[in-house]
Amino acid sequence: MLIVEAWQFIVAHPARFFGALYIHVALSAAALGLAIAIALPTGVLLADKARATLLAITAANIGRTLPSLAVLALVMPILGTGFMPSLFALTLLALPPILINTCTALRQVDPDMVDAARGMGMTRAQIMRQVELPVAMPVIFAGIRTASVQVVSGAVLAAYIGGGGLGDFITAGIAMMAMPQLLVGAIPATLLAIGADRLFGHLQRVMTPVGMRAR
Amino acid sequence: MIEIRGLVKQFAGTGRPAVDHLSLTIPEGEVCVLIGPSGCGKTTTMRVINRMIEPDAGSVLVAGRDVMTTDPVSLRRSIGYVIQHVGLFPHWTIAENIATVPKLLQWNQARIAARVDELLELVGMEPALYRDRYPRELSGGQKQRVGVARALAADPPVMLMDEPFGAIDPITRARLQAEFLRILRGLKKTIVFVTHDIDEAIRMGDRIAILRDGALVQYDTPEAILAHPADAFVESFVGTDRALKRIALLRVDAALEPLGSPSPPHAIPADANLRDALAMMFSAGVDALTVTGDGGAPVGRLTLSGIRERTRATDP
Amino acid sequence: MKWLRNNWDQVLTALAEHIVISFTSLAIAFALSLAIGIWAARSDRVFRWSLAVSGFLYTIPTLAFLALLIPIVGLGKANAIICMVAFSLMIMIRNVATGLREVPAEVIDAARGMGMRAGEILARIELPLALPVIVAGLRIATVTVISVAVVAAYINAGGLGTLIFSGISNDFAPKIWVGALTACALAVAADLGLALVERWLRRRTA
Repeated sequence: MLIVEAWQFIVAHPARFFGALYIHVALSAAALGLAIAIALPTGVLLADKARATLLAITAANIGRTLPSLAVLALVMPILGTGFMPSLFALTLLALPPILINTCTALRQVDPDMVDAARGMGMTRAQIMRQVELPVAMPVIFAGIRTASVQVVSGAVLAAYIGGGGLGDFITAGIAMMAMPQLLVGAIPATLLAIGADRLFGHLQRVMTPVGMRAR
Repeated sequence: MIEIRGLVKQFAGTGRPAVDHLSLTIPEGEVCVLIGPSGCGKTTTMRVINRMIEPDAGSVLVAGRDVMTTDPVSLRRSIGYVIQHVGLFPHWTIAENIATVPKLLQWNQARIAARVDELLELVGMEPALYRDRYPRELSGGQKQRVGVARALAADPPVMLMDEPFGAIDPITRARLQAEFLRILRGLKKTIVFVTHDIDEAIRMGDRIAILRDGALVQYDTPEAILAHPADAFVESFVGTDRALKRIALLRVDAALEPLGSPSPPHAIPADANLRDALAMMFSAGVDALTVTGDGGAPVGRLTLSGIRERTRATDP
Repeated sequence: MKWLRNNWDQVLTALAEHIVISFTSLAIAFALSLAIGIWAARSDRVFRWSLAVSGFLYTIPTLAFLALLIPIVGLGKANAIICMVAFSLMIMIRNVATGLREVPAEVIDAARGMGMRAGEILARIELPLALPVIVAGLRIATVTVISVAVVAAYINAGGLGTLIFSGISNDFAPKIWVGALTACALAVAADLGLALVERWLRRRTA
């Protein structure tokens, strides 16, 4: 059975497998972390500027339509191959969903709530930190969840620009028409993506303030 | 006390100022109701007091200090603010909502907790039951009670209320108005209350400021406005039933006559108002009622002609 | 670019291939999702079940999905199309079902009261009113499918990806530029076009 052969392959080449797995996770986690670190504060800073927000959302929407492999490939002539260029490209891919969700979520906060907070004497920073961000968190986290799946998926493609990761087994498997190797890449990658979706889905629920959870 | 001097505010893209050289003095400890048709500038005026809106000209002094020279954030922390849709924070418990300003002022935990319970009692909601609930579990009336409690939390000398009972059904609204008046009786606060409902204004206000197109038309006690409306606009604004509204401000014992005999079959308490007495007379088809005092004992009588005499006595 | 001027026919062929497999997948997915979507709009259980299954499919990384299909269907266009259809199904079923469910009950009631038959109501009332939401889903599916098609070049499905992969393995930058940028332009253009259609539909049924 193919799956058994795939398993045997892993057992025979543990260093290669776990090395690739490690790079895959590292690449994904780093790209996601960077994207959050850039997109979230940007969304917060743009919160009061309607036109800038609209521009950012439009740009992010265009970014979201770009094919992942095209973005990865475009990075190569400029930055070369390897881990860092892959990280750069993957971060770019993860930015749009997080930025769009952050901006939209903040824009949808009940204006009466913000008016009451302002009228009671909260500073702008206090309103953002204590009222707007917590209330917007569920939607922001939905964006992070989407981005996480996109990043794990994109990291598979990073194999094409020398980024390493589980994609290497898939490309090697296709080149040599070796099915077991193919599965060694494909199945763990799939499991990682599903795992990321589950993890962030759970985190999304955790990050939803108790007073706002679906009963 | 609040002094508004020559206040002017025009919003960009509008044809005329929202507030047009408005001057008004609200004595300390009074409830001043700002009322008028849509667009008369009442909400704008209120929002200048806590600097949610910046005026184009004129000045507003709260307790002698010009609001424009005071840091807006500390100004607002010293003024209670209640809006129509309350704006409770859904992610905080009722206790945390009420504790908002005390926390900003960095009170200690124990003091905050005690204050929260005190305020929940004051607005008629049992602390143990409501303290840890969330806004979405409350009805509209309960939410607004919490809104009032939240505004009173740091015990501000001034309170601004923008149509606070506007989004509530009429039955609950009447109850909340009565409760708020009861709460106010024990406190010494200067209150600016915005509404578009003349009955609410008459009920809640020590003084009413009628505004139209950004200008002050009349500023006086409810009785005076009902008795002597300044012009045709005010006359139609307070309603064609203003005679009845005036009568409703008087109590039955203001027109009390000796009981005599035989005592009329229908009775009314001495502390009811004259309009309710008239209503009872009409529905029973009589022109006299027995007036009862504490405990239901008859203390006198009330007649239709007596009511007429009494109201004529207060005419110009 | 010199290379582009000399090889524009190659680019056009790749572009045409790309559009053909994308369009084919979308057409199949659209038909399937209409059928399943209508069923899911009527039945809560089907709605939840189909959402769960297609949601799961959507999470699978593109290259992994294509790879997993190789032992079953081999390489080539068929493989790519199956993958693209699978990805499109989630969004499209969800949007067809949601769009239909959002048609106000009074409207359907009025139609039935006037003597329209179920099939007529579906075709002349429900679907037209659900169209904006359906097109919104089609928009996301289109962008997804174009993206998958780029990768599918690696398993001999043709398309603009061939230029990219050739450029990478020969370290020839112009091919990468042309392939990648054309793919991006195609995706953006398709998204924009469908966005305009969606906006026009929303205004019409508002």
